[in-house]
Amino acid sequence: MGIKQLWHRLGSPRWFFEMSRRWPLIFGGLALLLLLTGTLWGLAFAPADYQQGNSFRIMYIHVPTSLVAQSAYIVMGVAGFMLLVWRMKLADMVLSAIVPFGLSMTALSLFTGAVWGRPTWGAWWVWDARTTSMLVLLFLYFGLYALRQAIPRQETAGRACAVLALVGTINIPIIKYSVDWWLTLHQPASFTLTEAPSMPMIMWMPLLVNVLGVYCLFGANLLGRLRLEILKREHSTQWVQEVVTSGRL
Amino acid sequence: MRPKRRNRLIIIVFLFAGAGISVALVLVALNENLNVFYPPDQVVGGGAPVDTQIRAGGMVLDGSVARRADGLDVAFVLTDYQGAEFTVYYRGILPDLFREGQGILVQGQLGSDGVFQASQVLAKHDENYMPPELAGMSPDKRTARNLLNYDR
Repeated sequence: MGIKQLWHRLGSPRWFFEMSRRWPLIFGGLALLLLLTGTLWGLAFAPADYQQGNSFRIMYIHVPTSLVAQSAYIVMGVAGFMLLVWRMKLADMVLSAIVPFGLSMTALSLFTGAVWGRPTWGAWWVWDARTTSMLVLLFLYFGLYALRQAIPRQETAGRACAVLALVGTINIPIIKYSVDWWLTLHQPASFTLTEAPSMPMIMWMPLLVNVLGVYCLFGANLLGRLRLEILKREHSTQWVQEVVTSGRL
Repeated sequence: MRPKRRNRLIIIVFLFAGAGISVALVLVALNENLNVFYPPDQVVGGGAPVDTQIRAGGMVLDGSVARRADGLDVAFVLTDYQGAEFTVYYRGILPDLFREGQGILVQGQLGSDGVFQASQVLAKHDENYMPPELAGMSPDKRTARNLLNYDR
């Protein structure tokens, strides 16, 4: 299938619904497997840190959730762009399907950060550039959620959310580079694929497994919600009624 | 691409670029105010305000930590290993990571005598984790610079 053909098919929620039938389960299964492995490995078997002892282990939750919270926002930005330019129905559904997941991951990232900060830094919260820009991300997710609820007409709500999602992506490079541009209490990135790991393999591998796991969870959540959203919005069409009555979900 | 879509694309690109440039300008204008602490050279060189609540940071100088035997009073020197040093007084419980050679943030007031009275001490750590058996070495000056982001 060529790119152009795929592009046209993406305009059809029906095609997407039928094609993606098995994906949520596959991604969900992978996520469960990877997250269980990575979390057990990181929390129970990886060695303690020479400085922080066991409290560094919260990194195995903190780093993956922080990464995926930002990636989810970037996906929303791209979807917003596609909605604004091509008026693609599926893009609007992606926009509304991601918000709960991104919101929970950002909240989890901030929470684990606070729990980690208390024993290591000596404070639950410090207003440095990294933590503050991450808090802004949380508010952007809240904003997207509220904006959709506030506008009754679906099409208008979608466009408004698309603009907010797109403009909000400016915050993502700020989060990423905040620790390089300014003096912060937060340390630089623990996990990058472009540089050599900042820790021995035995500590890095569980982190990699959990990062992959949380991205699979993102995939499963997004596709599952997207399929639900397609059924909801297309409920009056014949094909949805056939799918629902035949029970072939 | 149809003209209608091209027009929408152009509008959106302008919107995005405009928002991006405004945010960038704000950040550039705020620049140093976005730093969460004053590094030692600014504390010593008069770049940090006196007698107001500020945060300052540096590495704890080896051998500079002095404790009073009968209390929680502690004094230590923060340095950037590049010649700028200042003394900090603090009464209270230090974070677990507080040690010589560690990156530390202190919140409190800088006196006109150049001595910092801290009301809160925060420990900074870097992104390098390792098991205890690999960690025979104390942080060297390179990590010190990393901790304070001096090589940026």
